[in-house]
Amino acid sequence: MATTMITTLDRSSRAAARGLSDISIRNLFIIPTILFLIVFNIFPLIYSLGYSFTDFRASTSAAANFVGLQNYRDLLSDPYVWSNFAITAKYVIISVAGQLLVGFGVAMLLNRDIPLKGLLTTLLLLPMMLSMAVVGLFWKLLYDPSFGIINYALGLGTFEWLSDPKMALYAVALTDIWMWSPFVMLLSLAGLSAVPKHLYEAAAIDRAGPFYTFFRITLPLVAPILMIAVIFRTMEAFKTFDLAYILTSQPTAELISIRLYKMAFQEWQTGRSCALAYIVLIMVLAITNIYVKYLNKVKER
Amino acid sequence: MRKTMTSLLAGIGLVLACGTSVYAQEKELTIFWAEWDPANYLQELGNEYEKETGVKITVETTPWPDFQTKAFTEFNAHGDAYDMVVGDSQWLGAGSTGGHYVDLTDFFNKHKVGDVMAPATVKYYAEYPGGSSKYWAIPLEGDAVGWSYRKDWFEDPKEKEAFKAKYGYDLDVPKDFKALRDIAEFFYRPDQKKYGIAIYTDNSYDAMAMGFENALFSFGGELGDYKTYKVDGFINSDKAIAALDAYKELYKFTPPGWAKSFFVEDNQAITENLAAMSMNYFAFFPSLINEASNPNAKNTGFFANPPGPNGDQFAALGGQGISIVSYSQKQEEATKFLEWFIKDETQKKWAALGGYTCSAAVLKSPEFQNATPYNKAFYETMFKVKDFWAVPEYAELLQQLNQRIYPYMIGGEGTAKETLDALAADWNATFKKYGRGQ
Repeated sequence: MATTMITTLDRSSRAAARGLSDISIRNLFIIPTILFLIVFNIFPLIYSLGYSFTDFRASTSAAANFVGLQNYRDLLSDPYVWSNFAITAKYVIISVAGQLLVGFGVAMLLNRDIPLKGLLTTLLLLPMMLSMAVVGLFWKLLYDPSFGIINYALGLGTFEWLSDPKMALYAVALTDIWMWSPFVMLLSLAGLSAVPKHLYEAAAIDRAGPFYTFFRITLPLVAPILMIAVIFRTMEAFKTFDLAYILTSQPTAELISIRLYKMAFQEWQTGRSCALAYIVLIMVLAITNIYVKYLNKVKER
Repeated sequence: MRKTMTSLLAGIGLVLACGTSVYAQEKELTIFWAEWDPANYLQELGNEYEKETGVKITVETTPWPDFQTKAFTEFNAHGDAYDMVVGDSQWLGAGSTGGHYVDLTDFFNKHKVGDVMAPATVKYYAEYPGGSSKYWAIPLEGDAVGWSYRKDWFEDPKEKEAFKAKYGYDLDVPKDFKALRDIAEFFYRPDQKKYGIAIYTDNSYDAMAMGFENALFSFGGELGDYKTYKVDGFINSDKAIAALDAYKELYKFTPPGWAKSFFVEDNQAITENLAAMSMNYFAFFPSLINEASNPNAKNTGFFANPPGPNGDQFAALGGQGISIVSYSQKQEEATKFLEWFIKDETQKKWAALGGYTCSAAVLKSPEFQNATPYNKAFYETMFKVKDFWAVPEYAELLQQLNQRIYPYMIGGEGTAKETLDALAADWNATFKKYGRGQ
């Protein structure tokens, strides 16, 4: 049992004087946490799997009927759901690629001795510290065709960022890139500063060009940490809800999480939305797994 | 061991402490509504009730976008946080068949509520299923979609002259949908940052449906047959197709970026000098005659939704009735409040505070009709309103409408006929799924 693995307290320590042993600490902090996890995460997860095979609606008192795989069949043959998945995939690719480019680029710029580097880095991190809903509301104003500052600054007249069906998704992705590039930058900076300086010196002695140095030294050594950034950002981008929900209601920018929200909490099709949530969960797990496999490979090198 | 037990209990206590609620006062009733001015007026009315009876009334609110979600989350959990709820008219089906609302039929018959309130409000805010004489709510806030317009733009002699020269008739409050369109086109001047008209286009809840219904009903179209659930030949009839095209036509004359607009944006169109005319619920008009919130307050006028080509004149219904939540522990207290609420003098007070009373007597009184510039238009509208489906699965029907109409209206995909045929097929499938009609 776990008790045998816990070392006893040093009798002269303050904790011991106050009478708190490791076991009491475990009971006080770990057990409630695990209880919370089981009650609010694990249990609903399993419970909703059951619901996904029924026609249950939380808004009525009618009993739930077992319908087998009907929900899954209906969802996977619904062209609207497929279009939501396609939109989400496009969004994830644009947004994560953009964040990677901008974040890593800024990290490269910052990875040298410049004055006020600390302050600059902190300021660049600000977007990421804001709440998603607030960012959404701000950018909605920035994008406004009549009085928005973006059109004014770029001289675009009344260009419709959010109400143009073709542009809306890019506008949401752009906001996401603005908000989360600092996250990639932070991780990249950590990676870059860990690259041993002597490798660059050796490359300089061999008269290696800047491109060669970048592709042969910098990138391979930073790759594992960049992969972690990509995993986090992909998972997050897949789940994006608040930003897109606030910014636009274009069907061309309706991410899968928005469809899920509408199905679950506006239409109260509880059973079917559980099934959709499971489909999303499986997809995210699959994608993350591919990344993790790749990450392990990169690490081995 | 004892210490282990104590700390274990302390840990569990910590978990429980986060979940326990504070017990409410015995003589207190909580009413749940959306966050808007009428809810503040209701709170003031509640304060009067407290003065008379000693029972405290608390009106709890939440922003409109979460209103439906939050209310139904509480219902579905059988929670007693709210004793009464001022629910949207479309909720009646879900509220009654789901067992969330208390059946008020006896209350209705005993107090003859059907004679006190305007007939349309009883039909749409209280009765479910339609024509069943079973009642689940007391009409509280009457509301419908009307129009505001810029009197100064309309009355400018130069504009009047130019309009007459172009269209051959006088520029005035639109007397039908064609005039509405002409005036919108006339004032659409992007180079001057002036636009013709502001309409509802948001597809996240019922905005798009309400806007389209204004055209649909005035063109003589219908969503379907509310008794048999037949939609073919209704929602995709020639009249409905013409109405959708007329509504889409108006979108051409809206300010830029008008693809997610609802009541906030439509009032802004007037306050920010963007549009000549703007569609909105009557409930949002008080802020347009208030100089603090509308710099053009003196120059803002109002009119009822104009008739269509065949002279039919209807408007989309908003508004809410008040229901007693069946999970409330204080249903008796709540009933007493409703008894007080339907009294004539309470209804007069309610109207004076700014609430849109549904009491037929108050609506018809000259003092009500002359109290504000829009009350007369409101009175006229409340006797010719129609509403969306009120079945429990209304949200699915609404989502299907948004899904079909939005890409056509905003993205210009397909034709009106294709759009409405597809919508009819969606609705048929949904009604079939829930075993209605057939």
